[in-house]
Amino acid sequence: MKNINYKIGRTTIVLGLLLIFNLGCERDLTDEAVLATFPTTAEIYTDNPVGLTDEFFISFDPAVGANPEAFGTDDNESYEGTSSIRIDVPGPNDPNGTFAGCIFRDRGEGRNLTGYDALTFWAKGSTTGVLGEVGFGVDFLENKFPVNRANIQLSTDWRKYVIPIPNPEKLVQERGMFLIAVGSFDVLGNDDPALADSFSDNSGWIVWLDEIKFERLGTTLTVNAEILDGQNLVQESFSNTTTTITGLSQTVNLATGENVTVGVAPTYFDFNSSNPAVATVDENGVVNVVGQSGTTTITAVLGNNQAQGSLEITALGDFPLAPVPDDPAANVLSIFSDSYTDVVDANFTPGFGGSTTQASVLSIGGEEFVTYENNNFTGIMFDNNPIDGSAMSFLHVDIFAPDASTQVEFQIRDIGSNQEIETNEFTGFPTGDDVDYRVTLNGLTPNEWNSIDIPLVGNLTTQRNNLGAIILVGGPSFILDNIYFFTE
Amino acid sequence: MKQMKILKSILACAVLLAGTLLITNCEVDETQTVTNFENLVMADEFDVDGAPDPTLWTYDIGDGSAEGIPGWGNNELQYYTDRPENVKVENGLLVITAREEAFDGSSYTSARITTQNLFEQQYGRFEARIRMPLGKGIWPAFWLLGNDCDINPWPQCGEIDVMEYLGDAPTIVFGSAHGPGYNAGDSISKEYELENDRFDTGFHVFGIEWGPDYINYYVDDELYQQITPETTAEEAVDNVPNPGEWVFNRPFYIILNIAVGGNLPGAPNEDTQFPQRMYVDYVRVYN
Repeated sequence: MKNINYKIGRTTIVLGLLLIFNLGCERDLTDEAVLATFPTTAEIYTDNPVGLTDEFFISFDPAVGANPEAFGTDDNESYEGTSSIRIDVPGPNDPNGTFAGCIFRDRGEGRNLTGYDALTFWAKGSTTGVLGEVGFGVDFLENKFPVNRANIQLSTDWRKYVIPIPNPEKLVQERGMFLIAVGSFDVLGNDDPALADSFSDNSGWIVWLDEIKFERLGTTLTVNAEILDGQNLVQESFSNTTTTITGLSQTVNLATGENVTVGVAPTYFDFNSSNPAVATVDENGVVNVVGQSGTTTITAVLGNNQAQGSLEITALGDFPLAPVPDDPAANVLSIFSDSYTDVVDANFTPGFGGSTTQASVLSIGGEEFVTYENNNFTGIMFDNNPIDGSAMSFLHVDIFAPDASTQVEFQIRDIGSNQEIETNEFTGFPTGDDVDYRVTLNGLTPNEWNSIDIPLVGNLTTQRNNLGAIILVGGPSFILDNIYFFTE
Repeated sequence: MKQMKILKSILACAVLLAGTLLITNCEVDETQTVTNFENLVMADEFDVDGAPDPTLWTYDIGDGSAEGIPGWGNNELQYYTDRPENVKVENGLLVITAREEAFDGSSYTSARITTQNLFEQQYGRFEARIRMPLGKGIWPAFWLLGNDCDINPWPQCGEIDVMEYLGDAPTIVFGSAHGPGYNAGDSISKEYELENDRFDTGFHVFGIEWGPDYINYYVDDELYQQITPETTAEEAVDNVPNPGEWVFNRPFYIILNIAVGGNLPGAPNEDTQFPQRMYVDYVRVYN
């Protein structure tokens, strides 16, 4: 049925063009008619760039470490013909940038790629390195249809590599022809993104690319499509909040029998909400909770394949504001509250090394609160302006947790008379003249505000005149409001 | 008589290439005719849901131990059953299903059905329309065995593999012949590769035409291999009895199966999804 529909569609287009042609003597072609005929040029690079921008290597931003000098062509090496693309991948200490990354963009308004099912290219390396990422759909303009295949192992001989197009019907006007990003050669096989030092022993290497083109192979078969990494997730969400569907991929079986998995932009999928009165989902996979109650399930289809994974969302109604605290202002030294005048300008994003935390201050109806997502450890820092808490007895905090398993450790830190944070980097405990008191908040009632008063005891009993930080460990996701010291 | 034309053209080709030993690589030219036997003598269209027609099909059961060849002579991993989970007729198709499940000491189950003692024929055209399964370690076949293997033990009784396929090469099938001096790893065999398509996404016709001194192999409307007594004589190894003897001169019966694992395909890997199914639209025999 799919084929038949497709043929009918094509016939209609042909008839449409004929009709316009016949009317051509009476009126000019409309803009719409021109738009229907983007070129279908398959070749990207043969012995020369084909239909690409004049500076056909468009480098990634040097500000993020990309080396714009890495790209060239090589008339001494080619898989076919007389020339290939040569990438001199920089070593880890190259002052011009430590990785090579670029795109090729169509020089015109884009190409119609609906007749193809794969991007293919031939490649070889000066050594058996790995291409970090290769794909298409990134044009540095709209970046609407990115597809990427990660970690392609090269050999020192020419081999053909295939990147399937997840759903060619979507690519009626694509300018992002090719993308490649490649880093230095991991000589010792010890690269670890968490350890910057692990790259220092790497070396530069050379990658050659040739015969880059779109093809209709006819031999690719989708064996899996996934959203949310294939998981069926359940979530409760407040009205007027959004959730983005991530973890999108497609796995294709090639003629070689090899399964290739590519990361796929949401725009290739067709998303569905089983109850749009509860939540809608747009073409970018952004789910917007529009209802006050009820449940909906978000699913997706990639071409003819139902994607594995789903998101069941129950609407919880409007997000509740934190309770208004009733401690007299005279007894309070506030860090973050709309009910008091804050005595410090707290920093919620200290950027600790190794922290995965996303913290942000949001506002609903003029009421501010701080949201934390994916927290491993972070801090609320007021060390530039420590608080003398000698007269205070408690730290108050209102905490909102999405589920009952949430648990957050609060480490209330006094930074001592030198007013510097001093931490043992191996244990995380205070050193020097710093002390802290730690308490883990758990057993929280989910999806409502929990008001907690933490006593300033332990090491703080005798030292709390330079309170400089509250370190937050774990969670991983929660919301805070009304953070202040007080005495009864 | 048309058959003679094909033979002449192939012989002419062989003469042109004399000395190169590339006889089976001769291009099949457009004037060749794929099939000549048109008198239908047996057809199973698989139109009745349930077990396969018992007047035509019987089952090989087990892991080959009962036959004295555990792993069916190839270290295969499946246990063949006659359960509907492994073989049934449904919606106009014979469905043979390979499953990953513990069964009587094996880790996989599947089915192998044969027409032994029910339909056996010497010479003619044997064809089936089949859609393949997918995945490393999956090894379906449509093949014929000589009906006197109990008297003339394999390979003397002969084997004609109309179609074999490995699930990690989804665009390729191969046709083979086994006999004395040309069997197992030394069988006479040729691959056929589908262009711009794959065998697990649609049905294709696999067939042979077999006469007294030739076996022609075809896929859909393309003839891709001819095996003759000259071929077997030339290609056989000679350290066995009757090397290269043309043994395709007795009635043969039909076998359809999916093997899992074994010497040829290797074991399934983490990408192999189960169950895997071979769909057979029909089996037809002409003379």
